[in-house]
Amino acid sequence: MWNTVFPYLLSGISVGGQYALIAIGYTMVYGILRLINFAHGDVFMVAGIIMVYMAASGVPLWLCIPLVLVLTALIGFVIERVAYKPLRSAPRMSAMISAIGVSYTLQNLVLYVTGGLNQIYPTIPWISDSVTIFGATTKMVTVITPFLTLILVVALVQLINHTKIGMAMRAVSRDFETSQLMGIKINQVISTTFVIGTFLAGVASILYFTNYTTVIQTSGAMPGLKAFVAAVFGGIGSIPGAVVGAFIIGIAENIIKGLDIILFKAGVISGPMGLATFSDAFTFALLIIILAVKPTGLFGEKITDKV
Amino acid sequence: MNKKKIDSATIISAVIVLALFVAVFIAEQIIPATSMLFTVIKKGATYALVAVSMNLLNGFTGIFSLGQAGFMLIGAYVYGIFTIPVAARADVYQYYNGGLVQFTMPVFLAMLCAGLAAAFLAFLIGLPVLRLKSDYLAIATLGFAEIIRALFQWDKLGPVTNGSNMLRLFPNFNDFNIKNADGTVAVYFSTLVPLLIAGVCIGVIIMLINSTYGRALMAMRDDEIAAEAMGIRLASHKRLAFCISSFFAGVGGAMLAMYQTTVQAKSFTTAMTYEILLIVVIGGIGSVTGSCLSSFLFVACSEWWLRFLDQKQMIGNFEVPLLRNGFRLVVFSIIIMIVVLFFRQGIMGNKELPDLIRQLQGKNKGGADK
Repeated sequence: MWNTVFPYLLSGISVGGQYALIAIGYTMVYGILRLINFAHGDVFMVAGIIMVYMAASGVPLWLCIPLVLVLTALIGFVIERVAYKPLRSAPRMSAMISAIGVSYTLQNLVLYVTGGLNQIYPTIPWISDSVTIFGATTKMVTVITPFLTLILVVALVQLINHTKIGMAMRAVSRDFETSQLMGIKINQVISTTFVIGTFLAGVASILYFTNYTTVIQTSGAMPGLKAFVAAVFGGIGSIPGAVVGAFIIGIAENIIKGLDIILFKAGVISGPMGLATFSDAFTFALLIIILAVKPTGLFGEKITDKV
Repeated sequence: MNKKKIDSATIISAVIVLALFVAVFIAEQIIPATSMLFTVIKKGATYALVAVSMNLLNGFTGIFSLGQAGFMLIGAYVYGIFTIPVAARADVYQYYNGGLVQFTMPVFLAMLCAGLAAAFLAFLIGLPVLRLKSDYLAIATLGFAEIIRALFQWDKLGPVTNGSNMLRLFPNFNDFNIKNADGTVAVYFSTLVPLLIAGVCIGVIIMLINSTYGRALMAMRDDEIAAEAMGIRLASHKRLAFCISSFFAGVGGAMLAMYQTTVQAKSFTTAMTYEILLIVVIGGIGSVTGSCLSSFLFVACSEWWLRFLDQKQMIGNFEVPLLRNGFRLVVFSIIIMIVVLFFRQGIMGNKELPDLIRQLQGKNKGGADK
């Protein structure tokens, strides 16, 4: 039984770590701007595409990785300045629509550049190697993802709790206008938030695409949505919440992918049920259940409406 | 009924719309049926209906729903499942022994069923979802659309939905043409009928918006708490708007099925919802006229007018750079971003056609006085 479940659990934890890194970008932006940054998943995909083209043009891999991360962060910065900053005083829906527009633009841009073909992600030595742990064969990246995620999250939490910019972020997310009156440079804080968020998405893209090996313009949509669901699940605005939510969703999704085999081996069902179809849908079912039971998510703060 | 006077602007608008219908009918008889014009009108009419139904929620009721693709999927499937001729079923459901459903409905009845099925599902989904607030509601409806998509691809439902295979061979827009005994087309209706269906549905939505219900919805959009204080029952009104919007999204889905001639669950992604949302935004949130106009513009640009950007173009001996497959969509997205960022009102803002005519009349009168 354990032998059947373990490989799925393992890849679940790994995918969960990757979702966590994307989800942090969503949750931080939402915490500060109250904006669902629908383009975040596409930035993640663009990071993958940049890596593909950079490696193909002959840049050595050890240089590619930092360059990709810097470029991705830069893209995040530019998107915020171009598409969200002009709408700061507009109704919230306008910014959300702008985010959807950016997502559409990024996808079309990549479609144009790649011609809509699957791009093979470069093989990064060491993290692409196969390893066997507890009888399950997998890639090195699966093993290192959760650890790397935890290190990055701890570093981020330290940054938010113990630095000046972190304090400014907390202040802005608490009260936008008051913190502006207190002399906090809002635009700088928001840009930093986007840079951190997209940087983490860049890290996630290296881990994720090393595992899945191909990138296409729609690759970012599903992981993006799931990471967002993870952020909502954990209580949007809360970083630990996003991480916990992402791991739960990653694990649940992968267990469902293998549910047919697991249940069959356990003798519950006699033939294939095709339950793997629901691996994506389950994420959303989970979301709707949590929203119905606890609308602010696992770690979310309770908000009261003011007239 | 309220004693609102029907003024000349409303009549002029009605005449303009009627004239458009007549023009389309005449054009259809004269211009060859392969012209892109008709493709654009057919798809545009479909999108217009769906966009207006989305506008009813997002623009008039203030419910930010992103589940439109899911309801369209329901509509498209219900229509497809009920109208495939019995003789063709063995062929379509080849992996499921001809499928479970072994009867065929008339086209319009099936479209009605498509709408009703979508509305019923909206009712069920609305029970948990409509209690949520803005962003949460958006993401929950989006989630439901994804769940529906997965459910329709499930192998175990194959005898009804044909699993992940496509539904086909059901009646499409071309079957509205009246044919002679020898198979040649006598009178073309393949473009007029979809336009009429969309027109009638949009007409019903306009009537709804102008009724007391519509006013209640708009009051809710502007301020929920104030609306509730005025005695509007929020829950039931929201549910009503959600079901009605989904009904028309379902009918729109059926029309999309007819337009595409095949239906496959995997094409009803969130990207489709986004596309429709962008149409609504370009047209102006809160304007039915705007939604209709921008649907046709959107479809015309993406299918027809910007096509040249996808091919190599020569000006004399100079080859225009950048032009290759996909460039059209890049240009298109940039236009959309410009609209979203700098022309937030969209084409029409929250004005309708009669408002524009009234404005024109006012100007003329002002000129005459001097």
